[in-house]
Amino acid sequence: MHLSTYVGLLHTSLRTLADAFRQVGDGHAEEPDVHHICHVLATGIDGHVDRLAPIVERYGEHREEEPERLHAAGLDSTRSGPVGLLRDLQDLYMLASLTDITWTAVGQAAQGLRDRELLDVVESCEQDTDRQLSWLRTRIKQSAPQALIAAS
Amino acid sequence: MAQQLVPGGGMPDRIADVWGTRTPHDRDTPWPVRVDTHLEEGVAEGDVDRWVRSACVLCSNGCACDIAVRDGRMVGIRGRAGDVVNHGRLGPKGLYGSWQWNGADRLTRPLVREGGRLVETGWDTAMDRIVERSRRLMEEIGPLSHGFYTSGQLFLEEYYALAVIGKAGLGTPHMDGNTRLCTATAAAALKETFGSDGQPGTYTDIDSCDAIFLYGHNMAETQTVLWARVLDRLYGPRPPVVVAVDPRRTRVTEAAGRTGGVHLAPLPGTNQALMNCLVREVIENGWVDREYVAAHTVGFEELAATVAPYTPERAAEICRVPAGDLRRAAEIFGTSDRVLSTVLQGFYQSHQATAASCQVNNLHLLRGQIGRPGGGVMQMNGQPTAQNTRECGADGDLPGFRNWNNPRHIDELARLWNVDPLTIPHWAPPTHAMQIWRYAEQGSIRFLWISATNPAVSLPELPRVRDILRREDLFVVVQDGFRTETSEYADVVLPAALWGEKQGTFTNADRTVHLSEKAVEPPGEARSDLDIFLDYARRMDLRDRDGGPLVPWSSPEEVFRAWQECSRGRPCDYTGLSYEKLRGDSGIHWPCNDQYPDGRDRLYADGIFPTDPDFCEAYGHDLLTGGDVTPERYRAARPDGRAHLKAAEYTPPPETTGEDHPYVLTTGRTVYHFHTRTKTGRSRRLRDAAPGPWAELSPGDAAALGVAEGDLVRIESPRGAVEVPARIGRGRDGVVFVPFHYGYWDTSGAAPDGRPRAANEMTLTEWDPVSKQPVFKVAAVRVTRLHTPGAPRPAAK
Ligand code: SF4
Repeated sequence: MHLSTYVGLLHTSLRTLADAFRQVGDGHAEEPDVHHICHVLATGIDGHVDRLAPIVERYGEHREEEPERLHAAGLDSTRSGPVGLLRDLQDLYMLASLTDITWTAVGQAAQGLRDRELLDVVESCEQDTDRQLSWLRTRIKQSAPQALIAAS
Repeated sequence: MAQQLVPGGGMPDRIADVWGTRTPHDRDTPWPVRVDTHLEEGVAEGDVDRWVRSACVLCSNGCACDIAVRDGRMVGIRGRAGDVVNHGRLGPKGLYGSWQWNGADRLTRPLVREGGRLVETGWDTAMDRIVERSRRLMEEIGPLSHGFYTSGQLFLEEYYALAVIGKAGLGTPHMDGNTRLCTATAAAALKETFGSDGQPGTYTDIDSCDAIFLYGHNMAETQTVLWARVLDRLYGPRPPVVVAVDPRRTRVTEAAGRTGGVHLAPLPGTNQALMNCLVREVIENGWVDREYVAAHTVGFEELAATVAPYTPERAAEICRVPAGDLRRAAEIFGTSDRVLSTVLQGFYQSHQATAASCQVNNLHLLRGQIGRPGGGVMQMNGQPTAQNTRECGADGDLPGFRNWNNPRHIDELARLWNVDPLTIPHWAPPTHAMQIWRYAEQGSIRFLWISATNPAVSLPELPRVRDILRREDLFVVVQDGFRTETSEYADVVLPAALWGEKQGTFTNADRTVHLSEKAVEPPGEARSDLDIFLDYARRMDLRDRDGGPLVPWSSPEEVFRAWQECSRGRPCDYTGLSYEKLRGDSGIHWPCNDQYPDGRDRLYADGIFPTDPDFCEAYGHDLLTGGDVTPERYRAARPDGRAHLKAAEYTPPPETTGEDHPYVLTTGRTVYHFHTRTKTGRSRRLRDAAPGPWAELSPGDAAALGVAEGDLVRIESPRGAVEVPARIGRGRDGVVFVPFHYGYWDTSGAAPDGRPRAANEMTLTEWDPVSKQPVFKVAAVRVTRLHTPGAPRPAAK
């Protein structure tokens, strides 16, 4: 069964995402809102990692071999300046979207298996991923004109 | 009518007796009239040539008054007996501060920077420099190079003209006011909950309530006349119970004790945990008006789920207040017949500002306590004309509470102004003040026009602000009545007329509109802010789609009429008003139109809210992050005239105490001064009443630090420090209070010369994710005793 692989993928993606939020927050500490909210969101994602842990354990017993290139890479470093901020936020957006759609995929499988525990986790955590995406979209929309037109 | 005048031309000293003589009254009876007057020494009533109608702009109460004029000079002031706001009263700032800047050290000619110094010049030279720079940047970079930072002190007409110039003329989204520091959360919380800005209640609700909750609102010092109104209920039969949320002991919290209410003193930064607990208790104890909630709100289930974990015990631990007090406060809210809530800076300038303020709205919705006499919510302002900045769009919002995210609203404005809709910046929310300063810091905003405000004292983290103002590549225009800490960094300084020297209207925090007439000529070559903005538009040759002048107006009344058209059909409808009508007995509430020809005192009495997706001012935000709710999602929630019960969990504040900085700094006001003392510091009585800043320590902390009353102490955050005398008492352990009015113009000029005293040296560059209001009330500091300078200073009352 490949669900165990996907639950594992989700677990890893969440950790990668939390790290990436912290990295971007610290890399752009001069933007106080970015710094603060990235850390608030990262703490929220830590909570998801914990909530998923017992499920990973449960499914882990039946784990198949993972296909190559399953996991998305995290961020190596952050950039600087207004355009750098924009790009880093876009990277976060990509990682968060991957998590979002992985929640969906896992949620679908949970439905098929009638795994209530997993469905509960998916339902509550997926909303938070949505919140991350909505903040990122908002912040990117706000930054883009100034960064692309007026910044030197 | 109880005249307060005493023989000899003076009134009782209102520095010592801030709220004046009591005129107690019973619930549901009108607040008695008491006319307060103050005339310059040696001037008797009979000497006054004329009394000119106005209203005081020194706090958001907006007390109606008449200005005494003699020989072309302002010589005194008198409250207007018949006015709905103050029933004749004035407070110390209105009496002693509002008209006394007559002449002395005013800016009378424009200044330009020559070889590093500001030198006097004529209007043409000054305006040419501005226009030349403005034009060049418009060509090279475009409108995103321009920022406008304005005030909560101008008149409606001035804000509207500026909004049209910025949005339809230049097309910049970078417009905001210092109202962002003050009233932005009030507006944000109203938009999130009710779908539009606009104060639901009226000050008259004080006359009818059974319980009054003040959340982070030291009304006794910030709105003295309104507090006199509360006191008159407290001294009358059937007084209301007072509940106060404030980390300090104040006159308000003392009243809570006297009336059998509660004083909750949460650790700064924990308001959201406290509010979640109060909401939870109201739900758990079945005090919810289920019918009202079902018919008039959306979001109950989510709210209930979010607050469920905030038991009194858990909130008590986070906020460090007794759990029993939280239960008692919730019970008062849940069981009183008519509850009035007021909210101010203790919430607005703190962590999770909008979320906590929305919880106040939620409490009222849960009990159906809105829109009826005595049952209402007041999301206050500190700045008097802040309401107009918000309505007219000088704070970046779109005029008439229009929604930047709704293309139909943009089209309406484009038609009204006869410009291409694409000119009007609406791709994202308007740039908030702190972001404007950040863009200036990064060099992408290169032209910053500051009018009637003093950011070099009022913004957080002053060392940073001074660095930005000093930047070579930033062209700074400062328009004000006096030289200020900020003007010293300007490239061009424009002398502006002040209150009493120009005509215009303004609206106070409870939507009451007053006309302020011109009483005297401005000094020297000073001009009204409106004339200055219109002159800039003419010189920039700003035109509409057909090549006509974009701003064809020349008088305040013409701008007022244009604004009325802009407000037509919107929640803040002014179409039923006119200068003539405002010359009647009393101020008039908006909306004032065909449906409400005499104005509407309370909004939402019918339980219908402006949340319709085609009408609302905003689609709202996630309260935790500020992420926008999309139009699609907003529509899907089908609010259709129902209010939103919004929720958010508590998160710890961005800066917490630690070993290096073990105390929480909280900043705030003193009764005698208005903001940066630009005006009030120039009134002898007000200056003498509170000439310098201080740091207030709790007795326990003072003892632990070995600090005695009057000792000089150094308060230091990771960003900066002040050195001020200590006062002991009033605060809670672990919290230091420093008033924020003080800068350097009356000591050394623009910056500290070794003895810093501006509270904002220490505050954080952090803001609420939704309202973008800076967090002035939470910073980590350490305290060191310096020495005992001579005799101890007496503590203030
Ligand atoms: S209460 Fe406010 S508006 Fe009224 S007189 Fe005092 S400062 Fe002016």
